[in-house]
Amino acid sequence: MTKAKRRRLIYNLVTFALVIIAYIVLQNMIGAKAISRSLKGLLVPICAWIIMAVSLNLVIGFSGELSLGHAGFMSIGAYTGAIVSGWLLAAFDMQDTTLRLILAIVAGGIIAGIFGVLIGIPVLRLRGDYLAIVTLAFGEIIRNLVNVLYVGTADGKLHFSFLNKKLPEGVTMLVDGAKGAVKIKPISTFTAGFILILITLVIVLNLVNSRAGRAIQATRDNRIAAESMGVSVTKYKMMAFVTAAVLAGMAGALYGLNSSTVVPTQFTFNQSINVLVFVVLGGLGNVLGSVISATFLTVLPEVLREFADFRMLVYAVVLILVMIFTNNPLIRSFINRLFGPVKSLFRGKPKSVSGGDLQ
Amino acid sequence: MTEAKKRRSDTRMVPVPSHSIVPERDVDDIPVLETRHLGIEFGGLKAVDDFNLTIGKTEIAGLIGPNGAGKTTVFNLLTKVYEPTTGAVLINGQDLHGMSIVQASRLGIARTFQNIRLFDKMTVEENVRIGLHNQIKYDMITGILRLPRYWKQEKRQHERAMELLDIFGMQDLADEVSGSLPYGAQRRLEIVRALATEPKLLLLDEPAAGMNPHETEELMENIAKIRDRFGIAILLIEHDMSLVMGVCEGICVLNFGRIIAKGTADEIQANPDVIEAYLGKKKEG
Repeated sequence: MTKAKRRRLIYNLVTFALVIIAYIVLQNMIGAKAISRSLKGLLVPICAWIIMAVSLNLVIGFSGELSLGHAGFMSIGAYTGAIVSGWLLAAFDMQDTTLRLILAIVAGGIIAGIFGVLIGIPVLRLRGDYLAIVTLAFGEIIRNLVNVLYVGTADGKLHFSFLNKKLPEGVTMLVDGAKGAVKIKPISTFTAGFILILITLVIVLNLVNSRAGRAIQATRDNRIAAESMGVSVTKYKMMAFVTAAVLAGMAGALYGLNSSTVVPTQFTFNQSINVLVFVVLGGLGNVLGSVISATFLTVLPEVLREFADFRMLVYAVVLILVMIFTNNPLIRSFINRLFGPVKSLFRGKPKSVSGGDLQ
Repeated sequence: MTEAKKRRSDTRMVPVPSHSIVPERDVDDIPVLETRHLGIEFGGLKAVDDFNLTIGKTEIAGLIGPNGAGKTTVFNLLTKVYEPTTGAVLINGQDLHGMSIVQASRLGIARTFQNIRLFDKMTVEENVRIGLHNQIKYDMITGILRLPRYWKQEKRQHERAMELLDIFGMQDLADEVSGSLPYGAQRRLEIVRALATEPKLLLLDEPAAGMNPHETEELMENIAKIRDRFGIAILLIEHDMSLVMGVCEGICVLNFGRIIAKGTADEIQANPDVIEAYLGKKKEG
């Protein structure tokens, strides 16, 4: 096995191992009731945000395009999930929550993916930062659209309307305009979130280490050179973007079905930026980093509740400090020295600990 | 003689039948590269004008000229980075009109870049594997699900990449991040990457730039070796005259976007127009 392959394998194993160990530990803590209520309530959202961060990393870190509307896809997934789940329950009386959840998540992914294709086709043909602008607008458009969306179900049929009046009498409301998706039966579980994270990791990590994934990274590193090698840039940028949209839609469905309501204001531009922060903090192209930073930054605001009014201020300060520390060459070399002996265990031959990489 | 044949005989640099070591190029009627009145304007400025050139199979040709003569622009026209304002480019007799860079690449044209354009965050081997993108394929789903085909094709890619890296003895560098390689190695990697696309015509933009005389000499041998081994035609831009005169069978001199001379090394060296373009006009009296 070559050195690069070995490095990659270890990286992937560490990523999976970390997620699996975290899951087992948390499950045991839940079993032993050793976990606070607020943290328990956070478990599914953490899973959703991890998937959001990892999928956005595929777009930003690997294909090198800036997407500022990732929460829009999440919103689509959340609403689709809520509608599908509500409809299945009302129309088919489907009591099997697992099956309902799976169908809702799949539907959320598909619908979000379709929107991803619709946005990607015109925008990814262009060079430059158009994707950032268009996805920014997309997020806002989706938020405004779901704000006036009314969906009801009656006699096994779904009724859609952007004006409440058009819905027939006697429908069970699933989405009620600005009130959002209402009366959702929360069916998301931590285990479902965990499995979805694993699926996301398999998709993203396997993709980036394959022919298609290398093509995606090549378009990021040098567009003209990639084209000269016969790599169709639009196709591979599209592949990354749509895959990310599908994953975000699935995360949205998971997230939406975790609470009794989903409101449009949950998926604002701020949320897109939040996910962007997860990705940047974890490192562009670093999947493990995304997982850790998404977890850390989702838990942090809850932990900071005791600061009350100063919560967001402290959050910002912590964020800045983390960025400074992880990017400071001196501190990096210190960390490398600290973990050098551990790292050398994985290497083929023992290597003396150098002054750290200052790249 | 048909009209097309006559035109080709006018634009050829090496006389037909040439006395080259590879006689097959004369047997074949269709040249690897043919340009007809190729030209491009940038806002009224004719960067390249009436550029006619024919390159036969397995021919090594040089494109030289003073700075700003339009050499790299010619490369960009040939590879469809620019769409020409006038004229046509034919690869193996096929017109590139309206094609994208990707389509041109699939027709068998590969290049290196003057300002190195490696995928610098990827490893050396991965760079070569991008060159193999259209040679050894499998789809996205196969890659994600790691189906048997994935392992088979990955193995083939790896073996082929190693084989290609061996040309320049770069196998040991396979796992290095390409952006961290020394300059000369980056240039060589670009050539390997271009060769991986299995081109019929290889365009080298200043392959010896930044190399020391020893490296240049080695490169010269390798260019001839590559031609013999892969049976491809090579067109190169270079300022190092020892390399150009040493390896190129035909040379084309460009000045202010126009061809001022064409021929073999000896002819070019004796051409007064070329001397003037490089050294300036001799004062009268």
